[in-house]
Amino acid sequence: MSKHISSLAPSVVVDTAAARVAVSQMIGRISLRARTNENGGDLAAVGKAIGVALPTQIGGRAKADGIEVACLGPDEWTLLVSLEQIEKVEDALAALYPSLPHSMTEVTGREVTLTIEGPQAAELLSIGAPRDISSIKVGQARRMLFDGATVVLWRDSETSFRMDVWNSFASFLATTLETGAKELAAELA
Amino acid sequence: MIQIHCPYCGETLPELEFAYAGEAHIDRPESPSAQTDEEWAEFLFMRQNVKGPHFERWRHVHGCGRFFNAVRNTITDRFYTTYKAGEPRPDLATLLEEDNK
Ligand SMILES: [Zn+2]
Repeated sequence: MSKHISSLAPSVVVDTAAARVAVSQMIGRISLRARTNENGGDLAAVGKAIGVALPTQIGGRAKADGIEVACLGPDEWTLLVSLEQIEKVEDALAALYPSLPHSMTEVTGREVTLTIEGPQAAELLSIGAPRDISSIKVGQARRMLFDGATVVLWRDSETSFRMDVWNSFASFLATTLETGAKELAAELA
Repeated sequence: MIQIHCPYCGETLPELEFAYAGEAHIDRPESPSAQTDEEWAEFLFMRQNVKGPHFERWRHVHGCGRFFNAVRNTITDRFYTTYKAGEPRPDLATLLEEDNK
């Protein structure tokens, strides 16, 4: 398992009446690229092997057996798993390799997740995202731009989000969110 | 801001999520070693530099990550259409006619 080199430690970044931003605990992350091939290799086999069917619509999500998956591109998924499960999932995918050649990379140490929650969470995200946050429905996820960095945004409810951020951008984006949350709260006051 | 339709995501999204990637429908020669220097230079460097509707590649770099093709007017920045990589070049006259409706 790759260890994180330098990332934000789990903590609360900011907590205002508008939104609360926090750094989550470390979680296992696997990047998967695969597609159904002409030799009979079927994507559905991945679902059987890991216990959760891969969503095929970009932005779609699925969750089962402690594994959470989001479809990021036509042949790309990100898998979130507990640290203890990483090896099991890797082994299950590796066993598929002969029939379904794919690219699987553990990227646990690459990213950190920020949670963004609160009545103005969506508005807070709009300060850094060119795309309309309301186009990401509850239960979906998207890779998108936020304040100049590529992130993956998971929308868990109308007012709660998770943002997966590469470590090198994490403190910068946390500062953006902190400033924004304070400004929005100041407007409320 | 220009809005671009990604044919893979099926969404129309801000230009900032995309990157321009040059002229479209340029095939790499099947056997590069059989090319003369002039032919190879033609493939590598020579482009149409169109003024008007241009067939070009874009990449949804801060999104699904895919390259796709577009027809854009280089004067007005209007996108007439976007389509998946590998799909045939759409008929320009038809596109312009539809756009005029
Ligand atoms: Zn896309």
